[in-house]
Amino acid sequence: MDAEIKASSTAAPDPGEKPQGRKFAFRKLFSAATISVMPIYAFTLLFVVGPLVYMVVLSFLTRAETWGVIKEFTWSNYKKILEPVYLKTFYESLKLALITTFFAALVGYPFGYFMARLSAVWKRRMMLLLMIPFWTSSLIRLYGWIIIFRANGVLDKILMGLGIIASPLKLLYTYSAVVVGMIYALLPFMIFAVYSSAEKLDWQLVEAARDLGATPWQAFITVSFRLTIPGLLSGVVLTFIPSMGLFFIADILGGNKVILVGNLIQEQLMKARNWPFAAALSVVLLILTSLMIALYRKVSGVKDLEGLV
Amino acid sequence: MSDVILELVQIEKSFGDVRVLNGIDLTVRKGEFITLLGPSGCGKTTTLRIIAGLETPDRGRVFLAGKDVTDLEPNKRNVNTVFQNYALFPHMNVEANIAYSLKLKKTDKQTIAKTVKEALELVQLSGYEKRMPDELSGGQKQRVAIARAIVNQPAVLLLDEPLGALDLQLRHQMQIELKRLQKRLGVTFIYITHDQEEALNMSDRIAVMRDGKFEQIGTPAEVYDRPKTSYVARFVGSANLLQGKAYNAGDSIIRLETPYGFGLVSTRGAKIRDGQAITVAVRRESVTLVAGETADGSGLRAIVKEKHYAGGVLQIILSLSDGSEFVSSKQGLDSPLKAGDHVLITWLPEQGVIVDLEEA
Repeated sequence: MDAEIKASSTAAPDPGEKPQGRKFAFRKLFSAATISVMPIYAFTLLFVVGPLVYMVVLSFLTRAETWGVIKEFTWSNYKKILEPVYLKTFYESLKLALITTFFAALVGYPFGYFMARLSAVWKRRMMLLLMIPFWTSSLIRLYGWIIIFRANGVLDKILMGLGIIASPLKLLYTYSAVVVGMIYALLPFMIFAVYSSAEKLDWQLVEAARDLGATPWQAFITVSFRLTIPGLLSGVVLTFIPSMGLFFIADILGGNKVILVGNLIQEQLMKARNWPFAAALSVVLLILTSLMIALYRKVSGVKDLEGLV
Repeated sequence: MSDVILELVQIEKSFGDVRVLNGIDLTVRKGEFITLLGPSGCGKTTTLRIIAGLETPDRGRVFLAGKDVTDLEPNKRNVNTVFQNYALFPHMNVEANIAYSLKLKKTDKQTIAKTVKEALELVQLSGYEKRMPDELSGGQKQRVAIARAIVNQPAVLLLDEPLGALDLQLRHQMQIELKRLQKRLGVTFIYITHDQEEALNMSDRIAVMRDGKFEQIGTPAEVYDRPKTSYVARFVGSANLLQGKAYNAGDSIIRLETPYGFGLVSTRGAKIRDGQAITVAVRRESVTLVAGETADGSGLRAIVKEKHYAGGVLQIILSLSDGSEFVSSKQGLDSPLKAGDHVLITWLPEQGVIVDLEEA
């Protein structure tokens, strides 16, 4: 450390002399602090950037007849996506993701917003209630929905008992069941995102708005809502992106009737063993979601999605 | 009185088990600059919030310009507030902040532009229209907050320690500006502070608050020169308090007998029994220290403990024979007295004030 301090003090008075400056920068690169964070960068490079590059490369290779890939460049994997059946899958996924995100926002925003206004004790309790389901595997929780949705299941019995419906709804293995499952799985992310934003809101601003003549609703729209948009948008990103890729919800609650991009990728990779095509689908999905985020940022004008993007 | 703009009648307010306001009455005249003075936690902010409508009193009524507004929502009251930490909308620029209330009232664009321009001129911030709040200094934010609150032409402007976050020099400057602004606009100001100097400098009247009640309401001169209670004497003038027995000593003058000697105090018309235990407040600057004997034998025996200079004022800390402290202060000059000197503490009879008398 001593040597480093000396180096910087000698370098400082004479910045014009190049060799010394370069020597100084070189020393800084290998300072204790830099070296200590190196493993993190190495890890990121190895396990995040690495697979990503691997996937992109894979998507331009040719499928082998039996197993694996042949190192032969081709565009065909991407051309294949343009076939109507696959385009429709993308369209369906996008639609489902939008529906899921919309309802998650509709329910999650007020939930998170009002949670932020609770007393400290109730905030902790609500947080715990939201966390408890996460202690169980999400797969098992989805099987719970099967019990609720299946013909003559919990939901049917309750609704029939109340005389609201005459015959079972047969909700299981329908599009609606998938939508409910998706919302259920992703709602907590929306709630937490909105909550963390609303929590930071200075409630005195709302009082100031009221004092200046705003009705409660006007104060909410012009101040509270406006200032929690970053939270809402990060919630949107947090629900939208996973809902494009989640395949097991559609699998379990949709009973193979609802095919999403996620299902398609999983199928191509695990069953059809067409790795290059699965990679190409993944790349397109990645580009699509990135574009959506860019669009959100552009439309909303919010640059800071609560530190998310 | 027809020029009463605001009246509080027997306001009570509790938060949980804590009684914050204990039945307060206040009458404010139109165009008046009235200060609620008291330490933090005395209920002054709650009083302000009740006037603004941000808090509902448990009991009592609020009248604004003769109308009962107790149950009226804040947006329906012709009252605006300058909040302690400014509460500027961070997502709006200066112009939009100031225009906020006008836009809600659907004022036409030209009028808004004109009003905002005038308000900015008034607070000397012309040219800052497009700045965002986080690009402003504390003093500038303060000015914007004031401009935002006055464009609505409120009947009463409430100011909650508006200068609390500013440094001393800026605070003095803003005191003068605020006072000037209030005169020019003719708007009634209800001002909150815990700084007695600020209250004395700016107010037409001061209401000294303690534990959810007003201890004394009066002009700065009244509160300063004739405190009614020992609390007011200590809080507003950091006066010395002396306890002793009163004996008649002539025409509306009593002799205050203490273990350290006696002093003469004017009764100002109060009826004092012979031998009655009383408390007398003597302000630091009213004290004259005498090295030898006094002609009439009056004076409290004390020993000089320390001397302090603070901002051109010399403070002499004295010790009475039972060890209690007594402070004397005088402008500028040094004093020949030094620590350990024996002196007599004296004052003019009019400068001693009998406090804590039960109201007849």
